[in-house]
Parts: sequence; C-alpha cells; structure tokens
Amino acid sequence: MDLLDPSDLQALWLTLKLASVTTLLLLLIATALAWWLANSRKWYKGIVSAVVALPLVLPPTVLGFYLLLLMGPHGIVGDITSALHLGRLPFTFSGLVIGSMLFSMPFAVQPIQNAFEAIGKRPLEVAATLRASHLDRFMSVALPLARPGFLTAIILAFSHTVGEFGVVLMLGGNIPGETRVLSVDIYNHVEAMEFGVAHLLAGGMVLFSFTVLLGLYFAGGKSWKKLQ
Amino acid sequence: MEETAVSKRSVGAIQVHFKFHLGNFTLDTEFNAPSVGVTGLFGPSGCGKTTLLRCIAGLERATGTLHVNGETWQDATTFVLTHKRPLGYVFQDASLFPHLSVRANLEYGYLRINPGDRKVKLEQVVEWLGLSHLLDRNNPAKLSGGERQRVAIGRALLTSPRIMLMDEPLSALDAASKQEILPYLELLHRELEIPVLYVSHALDEVARLADHLVLLDQGRVIASGAIHETLARLDLPTAHFDDAGAVIQAAIAIHDVTYHLTRIDFSGGSLWVGKLNQMIGTQVRARVLARDVSIATKLPHDSSITNILEGVIKEIRDEGPDKVILSILIGESQALLSRITRRSRDQLCLSVGMTVFAQVKSVALMNG
Repeated sequence: MDLLDPSDLQALWLTLKLASVTTLLLLLIATALAWWLANSRKWYKGIVSAVVALPLVLPPTVLGFYLLLLMGPHGIVGDITSALHLGRLPFTFSGLVIGSMLFSMPFAVQPIQNAFEAIGKRPLEVAATLRASHLDRFMSVALPLARPGFLTAIILAFSHTVGEFGVVLMLGGNIPGETRVLSVDIYNHVEAMEFGVAHLLAGGMVLFSFTVLLGLYFAGGKSWKKLQ
Repeated sequence: MEETAVSKRSVGAIQVHFKFHLGNFTLDTEFNAPSVGVTGLFGPSGCGKTTLLRCIAGLERATGTLHVNGETWQDATTFVLTHKRPLGYVFQDASLFPHLSVRANLEYGYLRINPGDRKVKLEQVVEWLGLSHLLDRNNPAKLSGGERQRVAIGRALLTSPRIMLMDEPLSALDAASKQEILPYLELLHRELEIPVLYVSHALDEVARLADHLVLLDQGRVIASGAIHETLARLDLPTAHFDDAGAVIQAAIAIHDVTYHLTRIDFSGGSLWVGKLNQMIGTQVRARVLARDVSIATKLPHDSSITNILEGVIKEIRDEGPDKVILSILIGESQALLSRITRRSRDQLCLSVGMTVFAQVKSVALMNG
C-alpha cells in the first residue's frame, strides 16, 4: 500500500481526533441546551432554537467566515483569547474544535431534545413522588429514557464533523498535523491530479458514512424496541 | 377501639385549603380529612379532583395552605418540594419506569428514603400485592394492566409514606382488572394505618373503599363527611345517581348452616346475606342500592323477601317526573335510601315521620 504516505495517515488521525473531541464537548453543551429547550416556556426559546438550527441552512463558508472574523486579531473572541494569553484561535486545532462544535450543534441538540420531549413530564413526576431530587430525576430517569436520542446525536455529530470541509478551510487552512483533516487532504490530492489516493480516501469516507448510517438504523431500531 | 377511631377522625389531620386559577377554571377548596382511613374525593370529570390531588403532592402550585399530620407542607411562606413530602402517589396509568425491571421499579423510592424510615419492607409489599412471580420481569410494559397498577401501588408503599394519594387507580383498567385490584385495595385499607386520599368518579368504588367522602363540583367542595352519612343525604347529587344507595357498616353475627345464610348486624337492625366464610365478629361493609329497596306501610307477613327493616321516613324528594327518593332512618343513625315511583308514594300516602317497612331485595357485600 504505497499510495498512502504518512501525511495522509496524519490527516486521518487528526480527523478522528477532531471528531472525537468535538462530539465529547458537544454532548455536554447539547444535553444542557436540549434539556432547556425541551422544558423552557420562555418567550425567547424560539430564538435560541433558530440560532441552534442555523448551521443546517447556512453555507459552511459563511459560518467559517464570521468565526474567522470573531476569533481573529480584530474580533471580540480574539481579543479575549489574547487577553487570556491563549493566543489566537484561527489556524489551530482548538479553533477547529470550536468551529466544528457550532457547525454540528443542531445534529446533537435536536435528537436529544426530541428524546427529552418524548419522555414527557409523567415519569419525572413519578420520580419526584418517589423522593428523587431534580438532579437524581435527570440522571436516573431522563438520561436513560433518552438513550436513543443520545445515540443518534453521537453518531450524527461525529460523522458530520468527519465530513466537514468548508468551515475547516475558512478557519484552519491546510496546516499538516494541526488543521489538515481528511476532507482537505482529499481536496489537495485532487488538485494535484493524484486521483488514486483521492479515490482511496474518498471511497473510505463513503464506506465509513454508509457503515455509520447502517449502525444508526440498527441501533435506533433496537433501542426503540427496548423502549416499547 | 371504635371510640378512638371516631375521635381521631374528628380531628381532621389533613387540612387542605387551595385556590387555583387556570383559564376559566377555578379551584377553591377547603376541607379536612381524617388521619385514618380512606377519604374519597368524588366528583364528575373536570371538577378539579385530580388538580386538587396534584396540588397536595406539590406537582401543581396553587395558593393556599396544606397541613398533613401536623406538618406544614404549604402556607404563605412555605412550599415543600414534592420529593421532600413523605407521600405515596398512584397515578391513573401505572407509569412504571420502562427502563427498569419490576424489582428496580419497586425499589426506586425505597432506596431513596432514610434506611431508618423504611417501615414497609419489600417482602411485605410483595406478599400483600401478590408480586413474587413478577419481581424478576425486566420489561414492565409487558405486564397486564392490573399487574402494572399493583406494582405502582407497591412502589409507592415502599417509600413508607405518611399519606397515600391515589388518582383514579382503577379508571384505566378493564372490568376484569378492576375486580382483580379491588380486593388488594381493600386489604391495604385494613392493613395500613396511614390516611389515603382516593380520587374517583365511580360511586361504587368510593362506596366500597372510602370511610369519609369529600364531594367536589366545579372546583368547590359541596359536602364533606362520613361515607354513610354523606351517601344518605338527599340534597347531594350522589343520591340521584342510578346506583345511589346506602352504605352500612356491620359485623357478622350468626351463620345459618341449614339455609346457607349469614346474619350481619348493625346499629338499628340486621340483614341476612348469602353465607360468608369469615368468623363471627368480622366487620363487613354492605351496600344497599336505593332501587333495591321497596316500601310497605304494614309488615308484610307473606313476602319472599327476607330482609325487612322497620324505620321512619326522614325525607322525600322528587326525582324527575315519575320517581321519588326517600331516606329512611333505621334505628338511631343508619339511613337507607329507597327509590320508588311517584304513584306508589301517593297510593301509600307516604310522608315524612311515617313508620314504614323497607324491603331490601339485594345486599352487596364489601369487606372493609
């Protein structure tokens, strides 16, 4: 297998790392956000919902462009990070993580929110009458019952991050080992007319995505059966 | 024994006063319930009885005050959160946790109370409610309706509650499952020393289980009192139900082996019923429906009806164009209801204060 050189493997590794870190951090934020969206009756809930869903309809380049401005030397976020001696975020792995998190937010929030909403109030009320505190109810009733939603969220957020291109290109450029992920790597190979490597990597992506969706279908089906 | 029970009852250990507005529905209730026995919260659908029960549990917020067994659960400055109230709540649908086994469902609350407060043990509940063959079932959704509700009742009992709140626990069940659950509820009624608030819109359930009755209509309490007194009142809607009737608390007096009959005695009289298996002295509750009581002005000597009670007409009320309902006082305190036609009343010239003979065609027995 002389087609793949170490830089391709590095890109593969970086992609998996980015997707894992993004998914993990996203789960924490998305769970809190989904819980709030599922239970809140505040008037601005609709606005928050719309903002969370925005990456679904925005071209990734638009999102990447504004993030670049915000995190750059003249942006608010950029000022904060430099004041904290964290340096600038664009063209770094951390910058990519933040970009990916925003980009994949709706894919994590919406399945979890739907799962929380599907539980309804009754099981939590029952738990309250059985002496479970708020946190206890959330941990022992809401989380286990929302398991199918979490499974969907993890798989969607992970695979969506793996397939990300526009935001990465706008925000991270093409630095090997730091920001050059698989999708960018494929793009480079195509640019250089190395169709063989591009095929291998692209085909691998197709296979990966298909496997993920197939897994989602079966896992989802099983958890549904378990619930019913 | 009877003395203490009565004096305890008159104290009113559960004091409820709530105001609640939701759209054009207003709940404005005030009543006291005794600290022993079952208090039925009875009324038509939409009268606010479930909302009231939810307010008592703290699942709904209403302004008002609530004292249970000397503790303040709610007043102007206090609102004890639901999970800190020592109550057991049984919902209309069993609402078992679908992700937990039957055993884990039962233990959910048990594990969350102080070990020192665990007065009710798992083995006890399993025995009372006949759950031993269900304990290791992993999928509570596959249980029958009656089984699910039994598990839910057991789960609530295992928190060793100081009050049980039951929201129409039988209404989601079919007739067969209802008959399956009722004996268990009667058993609990006898075994438990904690007060039960039992919400229902079925008169026969309340007549069977409750000792005290709170009648609700459109968010207001229209009557509150001992079950046999309240059900005998002609000014209340309960007297005009098709299955209206009196509740009689009696004790087994004699078994007649020859004719296979049992005589039960109450203050003021006695009734013969089909042979019972319990021992002499056992308390039983009988229900005599108004439509099963006919009236004679002289003691009928050649009647096939065994149970004929002498009493005094206390009140007569018209019921529609053709019927009247009478309350007849048997002895000092026990009243019977009788529904007859208006024509019979006129032919017999019945009036308040007259001595009559009530012929009881049928007696329904309920242990309690």
